[in-house]
Amino acid sequence: MTTVFRDTWWLTRRRLAIFLNQPGYLVVTLIQPAVWLFLFGNLFRRVVELPGFGVDNYLDYLVPGVLVMNALASSIWAGMGMLEEIERGTMNRLLTLPISRTAIMSAGLGEHAVASIVQSGIILGMGALGGATYPGGIVGMVILVASAILLGTAVASLSNALGMVAGERETIIGVNSFLLLPTTFLSSVFMAKDLMPGWIATVARFNPLDWAAQMGRSALSASPDWGLIATRGALLVVIAALALMVSVRTFRTYQRQV
Amino acid sequence: MTAREPRSPAVEARDLTKTYPRGVKALDGLTFEVAEGETFGLLGPNGAGKSTTIKILTTLAKADSGVARVVGQDVTRDPQEVRRRIGVCSPGFRAEPVGRGVGKLVAAGRLRRLDVVELRRRVSELLDRFGLADAASRKVRTYSGGMQRRLDIAMALVHRPRVLFLDEPTTGLDPEARTAMWQEIARLSRDVGMTVLLTTHYLEEADRLADRIAIVDRGRIVAEGTADQLKTELEGDGIDIELADATQAELARGVVASLPGIREVAVEQRRVTARAQDGAGAVPAALAALERAGIGVAAVSVTRPSLDDVYLRHTGRRFAEAALAASGGDA
Repeated sequence: MTTVFRDTWWLTRRRLAIFLNQPGYLVVTLIQPAVWLFLFGNLFRRVVELPGFGVDNYLDYLVPGVLVMNALASSIWAGMGMLEEIERGTMNRLLTLPISRTAIMSAGLGEHAVASIVQSGIILGMGALGGATYPGGIVGMVILVASAILLGTAVASLSNALGMVAGERETIIGVNSFLLLPTTFLSSVFMAKDLMPGWIATVARFNPLDWAAQMGRSALSASPDWGLIATRGALLVVIAALALMVSVRTFRTYQRQV
Repeated sequence: MTAREPRSPAVEARDLTKTYPRGVKALDGLTFEVAEGETFGLLGPNGAGKSTTIKILTTLAKADSGVARVVGQDVTRDPQEVRRRIGVCSPGFRAEPVGRGVGKLVAAGRLRRLDVVELRRRVSELLDRFGLADAASRKVRTYSGGMQRRLDIAMALVHRPRVLFLDEPTTGLDPEARTAMWQEIARLSRDVGMTVLLTTHYLEEADRLADRIAIVDRGRIVAEGTADQLKTELEGDGIDIELADATQAELARGVVASLPGIREVAVEQRRVTARAQDGAGAVPAALAALERAGIGVAAVSVTRPSLDDVYLRHTGRRFAEAALAASGGDA
């Protein structure tokens, strides 16, 4: 087990080195969350005036949602990095090293986790500048970021598996475009549950993005609902673990086509 | 460090078969052995099955059937143990062109779990040996093709592997860098006594570097031995007689063919070619016979067989034709 962690550590450093070597991509990664926050914060500012929304300041409501949505939107493209590794031949090189297969997959996730933490910092900071308040304090923020990382882990794992199996960019782009917006809008990221059409509220109950949003929002609020945080957190842990298992198993499919 | 089993080959491939999902048959019963300390060359054009063989032996791909063992370990039963003992350098297994020379070597050693002190020593040793010491702190992106290739090999050697897989080590290099790389590889097997499995589609490369050569054609080994053995198996030298007058070619063919010890006589315009066990000994008799028949000779030469002749004998094609066919067809 320690070897898995050690391999993951060195492979994550390797991924981050590659990431930092692409300045354009890096800049976009840092700016993107601020754009989300600014756009949606302004566009939907007045929804809090709807009776029954239950919040005075929309930014208070929006920041946790945008934070987890951003984790989804960036980690869903993880498969592209995987494809690039395959096309460049670096994946083959890694596979001939005596390192754990799990570590190869989780290193990609480690990279996303680090990016997620940095982006979360930016979103929380920008939100605060815009007037959002975080009564849940540091503990709330840590839980929020953890929920984003768990969600990102699940999504990035599946995206990696897809990249490995599909072997072409078009498939990833197609699947992501199809999933990204519906997943986001079939959740409580922008709109309070009580004000949604019933069917959307029902669908959202099964949406991992919604689990993460609820968990983070509650943790950051003045009176966290620990039961809700625990159940949503547990659900996220389970799907992240399952997704990682799926992605490690795809190595076998990959080996057949090498 | 390890108890070596005597006489167990460093690399062993037996009856390997592999068909890719789209129905492309890459390997069709491929069998060979590489002895400890030997440099073994798999020679064949692109698409012959060399890369697939390397992928199976380095645990990357799985054979449909057959047995592959490296340093005595079955590659499917204990792949991690095999990975610990091998180094791989292949155009299909590149390191990302990011970072600096020394950093890449250190990172390679980290993933091999070398301890820091040992690793530092090993890295500077490799940088010296591959002539990269001055460029160690330069970005890899600024390296020439030859330097990148040398760094790739150095990375594959960082953990002192028992077997080094060198897949197409000089493909894409300019002639000068290629010659330098050849010297490097020759030194590697001579000084370190490492087992090297080399694949190449350059006849000259196999001839110069490999202790033994196996010719791969359509997923099978069609001939195997030292370069000299393979050439000698052809039984004889080539004799090439250029006639003064092309109209006498058929007549000349009859004259030459009637001489004892001469085989495979062929005519092509003014040229009569043949094989003889002892080329130099057969030439005077041939010239005398031609003169008696009143046939004028413009030039005559005797050639030792080349690997290309060996390839032709075993596959029915010239090497260049096969390479052309491979590049024109599927990759």
